[in-house]
Amino acid sequence: MPEIRVTPLGAGQDVGRSCILVSIAGKNVMLDCGMHMGFNDDRRFPDFSYITQNGRLTDFLDCVIISHFHLDHCGALPYFSEMVGYDGPIYMTHPTQAICPILLEDYRKIAVDKKGEANFFTSQMIKDCMKKVVAVHLHQTVQVDDELEIKAYYAGHVLGAAMFQIKVGSESVVYTGDYNMTPDRHLGAAWIDKCRPNLLITESTYATTIRDSKRCRERDFLKKVHETVERGGKVLIPVFALGRAQELCILLETFWERMNLKVPIYFSTGLTEKANHYYKLFIPWTNQKIRKTFVQRNMFEFKHIKAFDRAFADNPGPMVVFATPGMLHAGQSLQIFRKWAGNEKNMVIMPGYCVQGTVGHKILSGQRKLEMEGRQVLEVKMQVEYMSFSAHADAKGIMQLVGQAEPESVLLVHGEAKKMEFLKQKIEQELRLLPEAKKPRLLHGTLIMKDSNFRLVSSEQALKELGLAEHQLRFTCRVHLHDTRKEQETALRVYSHLKSVLKDHCVQHLPDGSVTVESVLLQAAAPSEDPGTKVLLVSWTYQDEELGSFLTSLLKKGLPQAPS
Amino acid sequence: MAAHLKKRVYEEFTKVVQPQEEIATKKLRLTKPSKSAALHIDLCKATSPADALQYLLQFARKPVEAESVEGVVRILLEHYYKENDPSVRLKIASLLGLLSKTAGFSPDCIMDDAINILQNEKSHQVLAQLLDTLLAIGTKLPENQAIQMRLVDVACKHLTDTSHGVRNKCLQLLGNLGSLEKSVTKDAEGLAARDVQKIIGDYFSDQDPRVRTAAIKAMLQLHERGLKLHQTIYNQACKLLSDDYEQVRSAAVQLIWVVSQLYPESIVPIPSSNEEIRLVDDAFGKICHMVSDGSWVVRVQAAKLLGSMEQVSSHFLEQTLDKKLMSDLRRKRTAHERAKELYSSGEFSSGRKWGDDAPKEEVDTGAVNLIESGACGAFVHGLEDEMYEVRIAAVEALCMLAQSSPSFAEKCLDFLVDMFNDEIEEVRLQSIHTMRKISNNITLREDQLDTVLAVLEDSSRDIREALHELLCCTNVSTKEGIHLALVELLKNLTKYPTDRDSIWKCLKFLGSRHPTLVLPLVPELLSTHPFFDTAEPDMDDPAYIAVLVLIFNAAKTCPTMPALFSDHTFRHYAYLRDSLSHLVPALRLPGRKLVSSAVSPSIIPQEDPSQQFLQQSLERVYSLQHLDPQGAQELLEFTIRDLQRLGELQSELAGVADFSATYLRCQLLLIKALQEKLWNVAAPLYLKQSDLASAAAKQIMEETYKMEFMYSGVENKQVVIIHHMRLQAKALQLIVTARTTRGLDPLFGMCEKFLQEVDFFQRYFIADLPHLQDSFVDKLLDLMPRLMTSKPAEVVKILQTMLRQSAFLHLPLPEQIHKASATIIEPAGESDNPLRFTSGLVVALDVDATLEHVQDPQNTVKVQVLYPDGQAQMIHPKPADFRNPGPGRHRLITQVYLSHTAWTGCAMKL
Repeated sequence: MPEIRVTPLGAGQDVGRSCILVSIAGKNVMLDCGMHMGFNDDRRFPDFSYITQNGRLTDFLDCVIISHFHLDHCGALPYFSEMVGYDGPIYMTHPTQAICPILLEDYRKIAVDKKGEANFFTSQMIKDCMKKVVAVHLHQTVQVDDELEIKAYYAGHVLGAAMFQIKVGSESVVYTGDYNMTPDRHLGAAWIDKCRPNLLITESTYATTIRDSKRCRERDFLKKVHETVERGGKVLIPVFALGRAQELCILLETFWERMNLKVPIYFSTGLTEKANHYYKLFIPWTNQKIRKTFVQRNMFEFKHIKAFDRAFADNPGPMVVFATPGMLHAGQSLQIFRKWAGNEKNMVIMPGYCVQGTVGHKILSGQRKLEMEGRQVLEVKMQVEYMSFSAHADAKGIMQLVGQAEPESVLLVHGEAKKMEFLKQKIEQELRLLPEAKKPRLLHGTLIMKDSNFRLVSSEQALKELGLAEHQLRFTCRVHLHDTRKEQETALRVYSHLKSVLKDHCVQHLPDGSVTVESVLLQAAAPSEDPGTKVLLVSWTYQDEELGSFLTSLLKKGLPQAPS
Repeated sequence: MAAHLKKRVYEEFTKVVQPQEEIATKKLRLTKPSKSAALHIDLCKATSPADALQYLLQFARKPVEAESVEGVVRILLEHYYKENDPSVRLKIASLLGLLSKTAGFSPDCIMDDAINILQNEKSHQVLAQLLDTLLAIGTKLPENQAIQMRLVDVACKHLTDTSHGVRNKCLQLLGNLGSLEKSVTKDAEGLAARDVQKIIGDYFSDQDPRVRTAAIKAMLQLHERGLKLHQTIYNQACKLLSDDYEQVRSAAVQLIWVVSQLYPESIVPIPSSNEEIRLVDDAFGKICHMVSDGSWVVRVQAAKLLGSMEQVSSHFLEQTLDKKLMSDLRRKRTAHERAKELYSSGEFSSGRKWGDDAPKEEVDTGAVNLIESGACGAFVHGLEDEMYEVRIAAVEALCMLAQSSPSFAEKCLDFLVDMFNDEIEEVRLQSIHTMRKISNNITLREDQLDTVLAVLEDSSRDIREALHELLCCTNVSTKEGIHLALVELLKNLTKYPTDRDSIWKCLKFLGSRHPTLVLPLVPELLSTHPFFDTAEPDMDDPAYIAVLVLIFNAAKTCPTMPALFSDHTFRHYAYLRDSLSHLVPALRLPGRKLVSSAVSPSIIPQEDPSQQFLQQSLERVYSLQHLDPQGAQELLEFTIRDLQRLGELQSELAGVADFSATYLRCQLLLIKALQEKLWNVAAPLYLKQSDLASAAAKQIMEETYKMEFMYSGVENKQVVIIHHMRLQAKALQLIVTARTTRGLDPLFGMCEKFLQEVDFFQRYFIADLPHLQDSFVDKLLDLMPRLMTSKPAEVVKILQTMLRQSAFLHLPLPEQIHKASATIIEPAGESDNPLRFTSGLVVALDVDATLEHVQDPQNTVKVQVLYPDGQAQMIHPKPADFRNPGPGRHRLITQVYLSHTAWTGCAMKL
């Protein structure tokens, strides 16, 4: 049995820089090629030199698969393909292919233009890299080469996120990427069929969390926003441009529609416009509601949400503004925050996690006075709310997916080691993943070795092919019975006894006085020395060993008293 | 509208009569040529299998009569034996099945042949088709035990076939025909008693998923036919729940449900422990588990079935709403629990803080169960499902379970309230309706009420109205709750003024359900002050009326309340009591005898007095005959006025009162017309004055049409009298024309037409003629032979005398009569802003109307738009625009497209 070897170059037991090497039956596949947000040195990219010291990567890797467009899953791609050098195919879904370059370009701009880094990949490199991409559809089986095939499954999480099944011969691995098992306002739930892979590599971000119903969260969020704008306050929602932003937009848009509200909603421009355009195009990747209604109206064509202009922040009256970036550490969201922080009627809603040190983290931990640059002190009077809108599967979701796919073994990545320990225990305990295929099974057949070929055929066919006669192996056994009657009668008694016991078998009484049960032959004989006992000869073939031994033990117990 | 109705009735009338005859003649002709002969010739002609197939296909399109089936079957069989091509054989086999279904044909004669050819057939497809044919034959002969036995035998033989299609059909056959009682199967010939259940059960583990599905379906079929399934099947079915194929799982879920209904109380062991539980509980747990299946078809199926498992124990039921939350391995409370705690601690929402939901105690890692084998959280999953079909099914199931278990109803409330915010309107609506159905069992907490009321701002009218209905029958626990509801409803009213009626009605029930909670709110609501008089609110303000409706309905059962009213409140009460009597109940007001006594006698719930009054006034009219014309007129006028008033006051009698009033008005008009002096004057003189008489005739005609078509529940008795009245009007018309026109030519035609009408009347109502003693028609028919021969002038003379002499016919009151009516709610009349639209372009106008007692509104109702220049346009609304909120009521919400060349503004008519 060919072995499967998995080497995580990143995101093995942490989050960020997802990159996993899988060798399966001689084929090498790289899953994801991400960067790490936390580092600005060489550690931000996976160490590709592990793969090969000298020689091109193309010779070692059969293909690269990108699960979705988040930078921690695709951020190192131009570096990997253009600077390190890889010319093989890169597989990703259509939406990922469309949105990925926008994010890479944005990332490059911040790194090069803002931070002034040299030796970073260029715009041209991003373009060149994207030329190597092969887009795949959901559930489309792509033949990478003669033996290696991959297939994408829907994963939820973000638009175009996919799980991939990698198959070589009879060996298969499923890599989930990031996924979400509970549907939300614009995406459906991850789904996989019972493909029974040898190995399932799953993310485990929320390995120790079971989340509450999303409805309560949504209701709370909408209620907060609604109350604030009714009071005449302004609502600031700092978001990252893609993913959750669209989710919240749809949430607010439908709510505005339902409640017939007229308060303006703005979205800070830039990257989002382009991304929204792609969201409009990739309707098949969204959830049931959007798919069903887009003919009448595309849900991403927002009626109430308009582009934001810097000057709008000073407008009187209530409004809702989505602004980037999501942690309030710089840019437009911070500017607006400074303008509005002084009014207790206003509110800021943080829809996600904030890294320590950012303004977002400070206000969430209850700080009311913030030191801004230039020794200014900003007093925060506005309300601060936290709502978690995360699109990862929780512990239950992970278990559900594992249950759906029925893998032989599970590998947890993309999470914390401690939390994985818990989930590992649970998976072992509740799913009992003992591969059925490895259980010993009985098989009757003949292995024919001919011209360095192996063939497994049935014994009859083998005999026929080789022109051999079949040898029969028979067991014989004597059973002594106490019976004073004649042999014939004894045989008859044996016959009627067996007939009554073995209803499922064909019991026959042959004219020569012997009894047959299937292939088992019974003959009664009278030994000369003792007329009181009869000897019963039992003979059976090797194939009927079970029946034969059953019969002898049965007969050894003696015959039932005949009604004489 | 009457005109349409009339027109339609005539149209229908003509339609119905003619086609029947045509069809009859056609049928006769079709039977003549011999089908079998033609088919035989066709099939012999066929040179290739494709040709033969074509002929057979053509043949299959035409129906075959019972008597010729036998012959056709023989020929088909003959060809079957000769045929080499499997596709033709297949078609023949399917035709045999089709033919054996023909009514009046007994298929037992072809069964032997069918079984015969089955034994020699090699093609799997044809085999499957033949088995299908046998199935058709078998179902046609349900009484014949021997045949059924034989068929079952045949099916068992072919069960081992390698093709899944054949096995499928065999199982189907077994399911449909397998004998129900074992004793019958023991035949004298030594046929082994076949236990159909065991045979089918063996195929639960077939290698082909389609066969597995067919086996389960066959088992379900057996159950449907009344066979009691064995309990052993339960374990087999449970194994199938983890099948790879969704169809198998879906069918297995159904089978488990069936078994759980058959043996709810038997005990099954829990694997891997030595505990035992009731079978229905175990099945419930298993089906709950399927709510998180990978295939949505199975999920829908499972969610639906959960609703009907009422015997499940409450412990298991409540688990379905349970979901243990945790964050980093520490136990967390759900938002629902927090809301409840917040409420019970008396603290009001402080706004969420970072870490408000911070996890509390550590969770024992060993105790956390991530995949529950039991019912845990099934509904939590179901309600959050991606597919709205699953969510709707889950809501329905919740509803059914909550109706049977009050404690469960209380628990599921939070979840239902959450569903009010679903993204799909259908789901929201369904959950509101569900909540209404279980509202007897529940009391809303304030925070829940808050969420419920937030939906009042929904822009969908259906949702808002469903919510109003829900509020009508909910129990609110605190006075703040009532206040909140009122405030939100008033907000709703200002935002959507069209909801006025629905909101008033809602407040009426809200008030009468919670009198004690309203009591402390009264001073605030009426903004009365202990020392100062406050300004009198505007009586026409819908919001003020809404508040008054709430208070007055609460005051009905709370005698202390009126003491809090100020003077103008009493005045407003009197006004509202009169103008909105259906919303404002009669109150016992101290010192206000005048107000209450003036109105109450006729309103007190018992309806006998008003019914009596109606009877009396109608009886008075009997004596009409004996009064002089002047007196008769006066009496009629009074009675009509009384009846109209009665109709306004007593809505349930409105139909009868209106109906009789209309009839009396006709009579009054007739009398008046006959009383005209002009009859005595010589013809040329009253030429101009005859207007009155002819107008009266016309009006009577119109009214009679209204009576005939605008009321539902009019019986034949009444129709006779209405027609009779119309006949009188026609006679009157004839007389008037005769008097005013010169020359006899037009008169001839009219006379003839009138006589035809009389003839028509006689023919149609011949059975009712005995009731019409002494009436106009009675006399008319007596003189009929004479009239036929006499000249028009003479006819007119006879008619005139007869009209005067004829007795007034008493109109028997029908049991159930309702006036069909339509009220246009929107666009409201006398709107200040006229509709403006560019000439030549189209503008859409929303129309909202309530139709009462209209039968078949989809076809009969049309919208008429009258433009100011007198042009009228008829618009037929789409059937989908009609909703049916209650018996006899319809709601039309549609859009009318207006377009005109030159004018602005228009009128609307239904």
